[in-house]
Amino acid sequence: MTKWLEEHMPKLVLAPSFIVVLIFVYGFIGWTAWVSFTRSRLLPRYEIDGLIQYDRLFDSPRWDTAFTNLFVFGFLFIVIAMILGLILAILLDQNIRTEGAIRTIYLYPMALSMIVTGTAWKWILNPGLGLEATVRGWGFETFTFNWLVDPDMAIYTVVIAAIWQSSGFVMALFLAGLRSVDQEIIKAAQVDGIPTWRVYTAIIIPAMAPIFLSAFIVLSHLAIKSFDLVIALTGGGPGYATDLPATYMYTMAFSRGDIGQAASSAMIMMMVVFAIVVPYLYSELRTKDD
Amino acid sequence: MTLKLLGAVSGMAIVASTAAFADGHASPEAEVLHYWTSGGEAKSVAVLQEEFAANGGTWTDMPVAGGGGDAAGTALRARVLAGNAPTAAQIKGPAIQEWYEEGVLADISAVAEANNWSEVLPAAIAGHMQCEGTWCAAPVNVHRVDWIWANAEVLAANGIEMPTTWDEFNAAADTLQAAGIIPLAHGGQAWQDATVFEAVALGILGADGFRKAFVDLDMDAVKSDGMVAVFDQMRKMRGYVDGNFSGRDWNLATAMVMNGEAAFQIMGDWAKGEFMAAGKVPGEDFLCLSTPGEGFLYNVDSFAMFAVDGDNKQAGQALLAELVVGESFQEVFNLNKGSIPVRTDVALDNFDSCAVLSSDDMAASNENGSLLPSYAHGMALRGAQAGAITDTVTAHFNSDMSSADAVQMLANAIANSL
Repeated sequence: MTKWLEEHMPKLVLAPSFIVVLIFVYGFIGWTAWVSFTRSRLLPRYEIDGLIQYDRLFDSPRWDTAFTNLFVFGFLFIVIAMILGLILAILLDQNIRTEGAIRTIYLYPMALSMIVTGTAWKWILNPGLGLEATVRGWGFETFTFNWLVDPDMAIYTVVIAAIWQSSGFVMALFLAGLRSVDQEIIKAAQVDGIPTWRVYTAIIIPAMAPIFLSAFIVLSHLAIKSFDLVIALTGGGPGYATDLPATYMYTMAFSRGDIGQAASSAMIMMMVVFAIVVPYLYSELRTKDD
Repeated sequence: MTLKLLGAVSGMAIVASTAAFADGHASPEAEVLHYWTSGGEAKSVAVLQEEFAANGGTWTDMPVAGGGGDAAGTALRARVLAGNAPTAAQIKGPAIQEWYEEGVLADISAVAEANNWSEVLPAAIAGHMQCEGTWCAAPVNVHRVDWIWANAEVLAANGIEMPTTWDEFNAAADTLQAAGIIPLAHGGQAWQDATVFEAVALGILGADGFRKAFVDLDMDAVKSDGMVAVFDQMRKMRGYVDGNFSGRDWNLATAMVMNGEAAFQIMGDWAKGEFMAAGKVPGEDFLCLSTPGEGFLYNVDSFAMFAVDGDNKQAGQALLAELVVGESFQEVFNLNKGSIPVRTDVALDNFDSCAVLSSDDMAASNENGSLLPSYAHGMALRGAQAGAITDTVTAHFNSDMSSADAVQMLANAIANSL
C-alpha cells in the first residue's frame, strides 16, 4: 500500500489541478470553438451552422482595423521596447555609481497598472490639456501634437504608452542577461584590444539569445492581450481607430449580444497566440531532447 | 453542516408558506436587477423601493454598476443560464423580445389589462412591452433623444434664434464660428456620434424615412439619396466641433454649453439634469428645442419580467408591474430622473418647461405617427444591427470618407449583421 502510494503520490497530488486546467482552459477553448460555429446571439446556442461567423468577421471593416492594429501595435511595441530596453541595459552596465537608483526609476512604470498608464498618457497627449497646450503656452504657437485625436495616428499613442510602461522591465531582463555572460571571455577580449562595441555585438549580445526569446514571448503576449491600455487611453477611438481584437471581442460579447461573433474573434486571437507559442515550445522541447 | 442548513432552510420555507396560507394570499417578493446606480438614478429607484415596501412587499435590490448596462447584462445572463432569473430586470427595446425568444420571460397581461395599460400608454411604446401579444415588460419613463440644448446668453449676444431647420442650424453655426465660439459641443464617443446622426437623420429623412431605414432596415431607404444628404450634414457637423472632442464624456460637452464655451449640444434630456444640477433655469440660462425636423425619438427604460416560481415571487412581480406604471410613481420617479412619464394622463404641474414641451410633443407625435424609437439608444434595433450602423457612423465622422462611400459601407454593415 505504502509502496503504491509512493509511486502514485505525484499523480494524485497533481490530478486536481490537472483536471481543473483541463476543464477550465481546454474545455472552454473547445466550447468557444463550438459556439463560434453557431448563430448564437444573446445566449449561446448549440446548432452548428458552418462558418457564418467567420464570414461575418472577415467581412467587417471594424475587425479589419482591429486585426491590422494588432500587428502594427505588436510589431512596433515589441521591437522598440526591446531596442530601448537593450540600450538602457547596456548604458546601465557601465559600472556607474547610482545604478541602483536609476534602475528603480526605469523599472517603476512596470509597477503601475495599464489603466493608470493609459489614464496618465490620456492627459499628457490630450491636445487641449497636455503636451501640445503646454508647449504652446511656452510661446511655440504652431506646435501640434494631436495624435490622440487623429484616427490615423492614434494607434501610435498606444504604442508610446505601452513602451513607456514595459521598456524598463525589458531593461531589467537584459541587465540580468548582461551580468550572466561569462566575464572571463569579456576580459580576454579586452586584453586582445577589441573595442567595446565589438565586444557587445560579437560576444555579449549573441550570448544573450535566450533572454531575447523570453523578452519576445513576454512582450508578445502583453501585446495580444492588450485591452486595458486601449480602454483607458483612447476607449478604442477616435471612432474605432484603435480597436484591438480583445476590445472587439468584448464589445461583441458584452455590449452587442453577439456571442457567436465574439467567439469567432476569440478563436482567431488564439490562433495568433498559437502561431507564436507553438514554434517557441517546439524549439524549447527539441533542445531538451537533444 | 449542509444537512442542518438544508433543514433550517426548508423549515423556514414551511413557516413562510403556512404564514402565507394563513394570510389568505402570498406576501409579495421581488428581486430587481438594475443599473441605476448614479446619484439621481439611485434616488429614483429608492422611490420605487419605498412604494413597494408600503404595499407590503419585500424588495431585494440587485444593483450592478456600470453605465449603459453592459455589466448588468452580463450578470443577468449568468443568472438566467444558471436557472436562477431575478424577478425583474432593467432591459429595454428589442432586447426584451430577444430575451422572450430565449423563453425566459413571464406573462403579466393580467396586470396590464387590470390597469388598462393599452389605454394610458402611447401605442408605439406599448408595442415594446409586448411579446407576441402578451405583456412581458413594464415601462418606467420616456427620455427624448432628439433635443438641441443651447446657451441662451451666447445666442442672444450673436443675434441667433433656436434653429428649426438644418440650414438655419448651419447658418447659425457659421456665424458663431466666425465669432470665435465653438458652435457644437460634442464628445467623440461612438454612441454620441450615433445620437447626433439619428437626430440629423430624423430631420432630413422625415419620420417615414427614418422608420424605413432604421426600424425596418429597408435597403432602398438605407441606400437612398436622403441618406447621402444625412452624411453630408454629418460632415458639416464635424466641422462645427472643436479639435479636442475625441473621447470626451457627454457631461463635459454639456458643461461647455453651460459656461458659454460652446453654443449648442445635441443630446438626450439627461443633459437637462446637468443644467438643473448646476442651478440653471430652462428658458433663461439655457434653451431647449427638438432638433430640426418633425418627430420624436424616444428612449424608454423598462423592467422585463422573468418567469419565476413561487406564489410570493409572482405576487411581487404583479405588484411591481402595477406600481411601476402607476400614476404616483410615474410622477415622483420622473421628477427625480429628469425624464417624462410614459403615461399620457399624468398631470405635469410640477415639471419644468422642457419636460412639458417633451410631453406635448410625445402626445402629438403619437397622434400623427412620428413617435419613433431611438436607434442610437437601443430602442429600434437589436444590438448587432445597431452596432453595425454605429460603427459606420463613427468611422465616417472620424475620417474624410465621402458620403457615397459611407452609404455603401452602411448598407454592407447592415447586411453583414443580419
